[in-house]
Amino acid sequence: MYVAVKGGERAILNSYQMLDAYRRGDTALPELTLAQIREQMPLAVSRVMAEGSLYDPHLAALALKQAAGDQIEAVFLLRAYRTTLARFGYTVPVDTGAMRLQRRISSTFKDVPGGQVLGPTYDYTQRLLDFSLEAGRDPAPLPPSAEPLPASMPRVTGLLEAEQLVEADEIPAGDPAPPDLTREPLTFPASRAARLQNLARADEGFLLSMGYSTQRGYGNSHPFAAEIRFGSAEVELFVEELGFAVTIGEIELTECQMVSQFTGNADEAPRFTRGYGLVFGYNERKAMSMALTDRAMRAAELGEAADAPANDIEFMLYHSDNVEASGFVQHLKLPHYVDFQANLELLRRLRGEQEGTNAAAAPADSQSMQPMQPASHPQPRPQEETLA
Amino acid sequence: MTAANASAATGIARDEHYNFAYLDESTKRMLRRALLKAVAIPGYQVPFGSREMPLPYGWGTGGIQVTAAIIGKPDMLKVIDQGSDDTTNAINIRRFFGRVTGVQTTEHTAEATIIQTRHRIPETPLRAGQTMVFQVPIPEPLRWLEPSETETRTMHALSEYGAMHVKLYEDIAHHGHIATTYDYPVIVNQRYMMRPSPIPKFDNPKLDRSPALMLFGAGREKRVYAVPPYTSVKSLDFADHPFTVEKWTSCCAQCGATDSYLDEIITDDAGTRMFVCSDTEYCADRRAGQAVKHAAGGAR
Repeated sequence: MYVAVKGGERAILNSYQMLDAYRRGDTALPELTLAQIREQMPLAVSRVMAEGSLYDPHLAALALKQAAGDQIEAVFLLRAYRTTLARFGYTVPVDTGAMRLQRRISSTFKDVPGGQVLGPTYDYTQRLLDFSLEAGRDPAPLPPSAEPLPASMPRVTGLLEAEQLVEADEIPAGDPAPPDLTREPLTFPASRAARLQNLARADEGFLLSMGYSTQRGYGNSHPFAAEIRFGSAEVELFVEELGFAVTIGEIELTECQMVSQFTGNADEAPRFTRGYGLVFGYNERKAMSMALTDRAMRAAELGEAADAPANDIEFMLYHSDNVEASGFVQHLKLPHYVDFQANLELLRRLRGEQEGTNAAAAPADSQSMQPMQPASHPQPRPQEETLA
Repeated sequence: MTAANASAATGIARDEHYNFAYLDESTKRMLRRALLKAVAIPGYQVPFGSREMPLPYGWGTGGIQVTAAIIGKPDMLKVIDQGSDDTTNAINIRRFFGRVTGVQTTEHTAEATIIQTRHRIPETPLRAGQTMVFQVPIPEPLRWLEPSETETRTMHALSEYGAMHVKLYEDIAHHGHIATTYDYPVIVNQRYMMRPSPIPKFDNPKLDRSPALMLFGAGREKRVYAVPPYTSVKSLDFADHPFTVEKWTSCCAQCGATDSYLDEIITDDAGTRMFVCSDTEYCADRRAGQAVKHAAGGAR
């Protein structure tokens, strides 16, 4: 006799314990500390902070540890925590031009004021597994640099702007406060500020694929990486009681400025247009993909065809968030047996009707139709009834 | 459960680390404003600043935010999923509210002041003063006909619902009847087309002129909407193809109910099946009632 499933609560509590054990692995091995994760997996921490929309390397490391290394789960944990945080205020805009840089490259000029600074990058590593890391070792000390990096470097797009070869990056009239997508629903038409905010916390993989699609011909894009920079920027808060802004901390940022050719139209002369990417931490792949997709979403306003998937603003913004996507995809794990029953009933009825029609049309075939409904299990089949 | 009328209310201590009902008060106020607007315009989808909750999107975050916005200390909460109080997601949401509010929870429909649900409306008739909170995955009834939100909002503004009638007509032309079995579209208060969340169409008539307040929350899609008490909710149909609901030739194998929505259970490898009430509380209640009657009969 069927008994309604009971004991779900105990099963849930047990699953917590099993998950804990799974996450911890072999207890004979030392447990990971948050400091180890933060210091030795900085790129994982960067991604979790960026998509979690919360700059806190310590909590991001905790989320990664709790999520057993699952980045999207870690992003989810950080976001849920973020909801409970009070807003003390808004910082003044971060000046990426004044960033203390660790890396800065331009692919549009051989040399630029401030120079090309390769910095810590995987770009020119030969992707050979380094077996010396198996045992663990300390990095070799860096030889002292011949000249120190300048304290700040001008943006490459600023040089183009001086010649009016790239569209101006003007502050919109009245300098409106940007929307906060974590407090207000996304509405359309979505301003560029709202779009960029959506992209900044969007899934890296989604942006990578969509950006890639614009390069392969789904979208008319001829981008150049005018500049990519990674470094630390000061964050300042304007304190009303003091009457001036004070530095409250420093964050690592990766910024990418793409420029794309624009052939011009009746109103505007030909010039380069911009795509912009800015991400917490160190993540050039995401910053570049963001810049590509930002530019792709500007196609309609620039009078381009705008018929590729990456040009579709609604499509892009509604499907970029991995916490939303992951939740909804995985909600298929939840019971759906009420809806399924409704579908099953309809399917049986439609099949029954079709069998009836076929049997009437070709009586000789009716024999072969029989085994589909075993006579041993008479089905109490739901019937459609008109409501009184 | 020993007797049909015994209270099944339980409560657990509130976790003081979190604000009452998890959300901060200004967020709750924002939600209540959206809900007031939703009640004022029955069936209209009101955008709201959906928050990231500690449960996944698609698992009831909209319903959870609505419940969090309206729940108070004296409330009695019931949570069901697929009609059952015992499915893991229902248990999890009930545990969440127990932890962050400390309010009493119950499995008894009649006892509850707030009933959060996924995919069903209880069989026990609702009464005035009760609030149903529905978890909604996709709030837009026109979504499969028109993927763009900008377009569908315009269609609602203009009451341009012909496309849905055409879809239902095509069903009839292809299959002989309408092939939508759940999330069956309705017109609320003779104005807005509304998706009743994926309840089976069996439950649609329970929405019509219900004495209870019906609130719908879609967290991922950031929309709330509502059906106020005693509001007309009409399932779409045609004069020659009136709206119909499922009716089973058998009764519930456990309680013998003939008026409830039945789930099909496969009981062995040979495909033997039985049908039981999807609403576990209704089923248990009826069985308890029968046991009492039986015991009284035996004593006599």
